[in-house]
Amino acid sequence: MVDIRLYMAQRISALIMLPLIIGHIVMMIVAVQGGLTAGEILSRTQGSVGWALYYGIFVIAVAVHASIGVRTIAHEWAGVPQRWLGALTMAIAVGLTLLGLRAVYAVVA
Amino acid sequence: MEQKENQTAQVLKVRVWRGKGSAGAFHDYEVPRAQSQTVLDVVTHIQQHSEPTLAYRFACRVGMCGSCAMMVNGIPRWTCRSHVKNVAVEGALEIAPLRNLPVIKDLATDMSVFFEKWTQAKGYFEPSASRTDALPAIAPESPQRVKVDEAIECINCAICYAACDTVSHNDTYLGPAALNRAWTLQNDARDAGKTARLHAISGEGGCTNCHAHQSCMTYCPNELNPTRSIAGLKRATVAAFIRREL
Amino acid sequence: MPLKATPRRDGLYIAYLVHRISGLALALFLPAHFYVLGLALGGPGDLDAMLRWTDLPLVKTAEIVLVLLLGLHLFGGLRLLAIEALPWSPPQKLYAAGAAAAAFVVSLGFALSAV
Repeated sequence: MVDIRLYMAQRISALIMLPLIIGHIVMMIVAVQGGLTAGEILSRTQGSVGWALYYGIFVIAVAVHASIGVRTIAHEWAGVPQRWLGALTMAIAVGLTLLGLRAVYAVVA
Repeated sequence: MEQKENQTAQVLKVRVWRGKGSAGAFHDYEVPRAQSQTVLDVVTHIQQHSEPTLAYRFACRVGMCGSCAMMVNGIPRWTCRSHVKNVAVEGALEIAPLRNLPVIKDLATDMSVFFEKWTQAKGYFEPSASRTDALPAIAPESPQRVKVDEAIECINCAICYAACDTVSHNDTYLGPAALNRAWTLQNDARDAGKTARLHAISGEGGCTNCHAHQSCMTYCPNELNPTRSIAGLKRATVAAFIRREL
Repeated sequence: MPLKATPRRDGLYIAYLVHRISGLALALFLPAHFYVLGLALGGPGDLDAMLRWTDLPLVKTAEIVLVLLLGLHLFGGLRLLAIEALPWSPPQKLYAAGAAAAAFVVSLGFALSAV
């Protein structure tokens, strides 16, 4: 149900996300000091190519990783048939990518 | 974590799965306790004294053949090597056919799919030499042979297959036993079928489906470690993938 | 087939359950997270209104739980990568426990410094 390509995609996306997640948690601790406001967030992220790249890559990696993970759960626990797994994986990956990149755009534009 | 059996109880309460195919139910029996009694002794007693039509498998009854494997209080075991005093819970036993396999009748399962997956995993030796060639010298201490030897003692009892939750949830998964055997062959210096076997174990039902629960290792009566073997297959698969051989 | 499943008290099975459920929870959280951030599209106003919720103790608790889930999934994942990429190491239950401990430490760090 998961062949070598999906397996590699999931592991590689995990490795890509490892530093991004650590950075994200550190950022969150910093950002939350003294309350969280939109202005505070946006003043850091707006116009930043760096943050656009950081979170853009993060979004794509998590879309790949989560869609494959949910695929496994859908088949093993919910009994979703083999023939629907490809479409399900793609739908989740595309959905998360679109929503995520929209969110990235919302804070960097 | 089973409780020690109450030594003073003279009678064992036994529930045994009876039925044909997927239809059936647990039936209750009482079996007199005896010294050094095994679960196989209990099943045999029921068949000989209470239920002549009870179907079950055994052969060597000394822990060498693996034929007597059944679920005992929810755990896959060799019944001939399970002493009642160690596995009974509050003087009771629940005996069922091995999990993850279709039931033929009562405690006998249809092991065809187990062996079909063995074949699909190419868990068989492909010769590379003929009788006229010199015998290959394989040192037992060589690292590759050590890997083979620590996984080779599988007797196909299907306990790991019954214990594996990935097998339960994913019917194309080849399973721990088949993959474990494939690993021994991938490390066998004499085998010539390694490329085809690598393809066989890295496809849809292959080694990449293992989630490392390690139930196979926990319950293998021969103390084998299919999770370790499968991890080795994963490494070999990844290496081949990176080299564009897959 | 109405047969009793193998009893699940094993630490490594629990580690698998934790990894799977934390992953699922994070996957379900993500669309909500992306939606909230997307509110910034209309200027800071909408996002600010939503962010006021983050002052609530319940929301702060949820954030700590999220970081915990993230940590459990991340360290659990590293444990799996170690099983798959490194030579076999026998004390598997120790690693599973260590991964959980590391996740709790990170979550505690977040709770103490970010609340």
